[in-house]
Amino acid sequence: MFNFEELTHFWVYLSASPLLGLTITLCAYVFAQWVYARCGFSPLANPVAIAIALVSLVLAASGMSYQRYFAGAQFVHFLLGPATVALAVPLARQVPRLRRGLFPLACALLSGCVTAIVSAVGIAVLMGASPELARSLGPKSATTPIAMAVSEHLGGVPALTAVLVICTGIFGAVTARFLMNALRIESHAARGLALGVASHGIGTARAFQVSPEMGAYAGLGMGMNGVLTALLAPWLVPLLLGWMGQ
Amino acid sequence: MLLALAVLLVFQCLGEGLVFLFGVPVPGPVAGMLLLLAALVAFPRLHETVEAGANELLKHLSLLFVPAGVGIIVAAASGSGHWLAICAAVVGSTVLTLAVTALVLQALTPAHEKKEGGDV
Repeated sequence: MFNFEELTHFWVYLSASPLLGLTITLCAYVFAQWVYARCGFSPLANPVAIAIALVSLVLAASGMSYQRYFAGAQFVHFLLGPATVALAVPLARQVPRLRRGLFPLACALLSGCVTAIVSAVGIAVLMGASPELARSLGPKSATTPIAMAVSEHLGGVPALTAVLVICTGIFGAVTARFLMNALRIESHAARGLALGVASHGIGTARAFQVSPEMGAYAGLGMGMNGVLTALLAPWLVPLLLGWMGQ
Repeated sequence: MLLALAVLLVFQCLGEGLVFLFGVPVPGPVAGMLLLLAALVAFPRLHETVEAGANELLKHLSLLFVPAGVGIIVAAASGSGHWLAICAAVVGSTVLTLAVTALVLQALTPAHEKKEGGDV
């Protein structure tokens, strides 16, 4: 017969194997996609945010540790590597156009990258944040592995940077449409590039949901902003902190 | 699909190897992406091999961020006390970055090349 004690045993047995973490992740995502579709693909119903919230609720309610959950979810996490490589495919389709527009793209990338670093550090310091927190914020628009490495190099807290990177990605993906409409920016190139530069992979995922062309520009923005942040942040952040008397 | 995944993994390995050998401050997959881009431009026939598989993976890019994102909850519990400064910096900086990037590209693109787009 079915009794509660057996159910608990079953849960303990299940949560010890990677199967459960994987199942929770996929089910939460499928549900988030359904909600996203029901909301007419509104950016406010960001599927990444919904799925993260759902999984977190399940973990909190069941008392399952993040480490145990990640034992299963790491199989999904692992695919981020090949998916990043795959960004080259839509990008290659845009190469003829990229060649023609190399100068505007380079200028937009560079100004976006500098804005991301300077404004994050500047606002944080003006709001009374510690230099350590400001250093953790500097690379927040770069993709997670680059941001964490840069944060470590700068003397920030890499774990905190990882959180800030995800928050930045979700916030950018949620607000881009409203901001771009307000600024009357219509081209897929400008919208895509801005999404990729400001909010890395999560912005790029959002751009791919709109069109492959916008996704290609977002992938370009994400990749190049990662490279530029790795090159610029290590001297830009200390310089800025010095100017601001920190 | 399997062949495409194999190609993607090979390029990721190449990227990781390159980064490791030369100590470039860029993650392996990003280096792999740049290598695959160069290969696709040099050998256009490679497109047919990887295109379908790559697009399938990119269609579900959102899913791949969920495990790392859940880590927020763990890290947030041990976060520092400057939540107002953190929120202001993330919100202000993201809005500025989006606006500056898009406005610069828009301003420098010749008018006849500005295509009508859609909603983000």
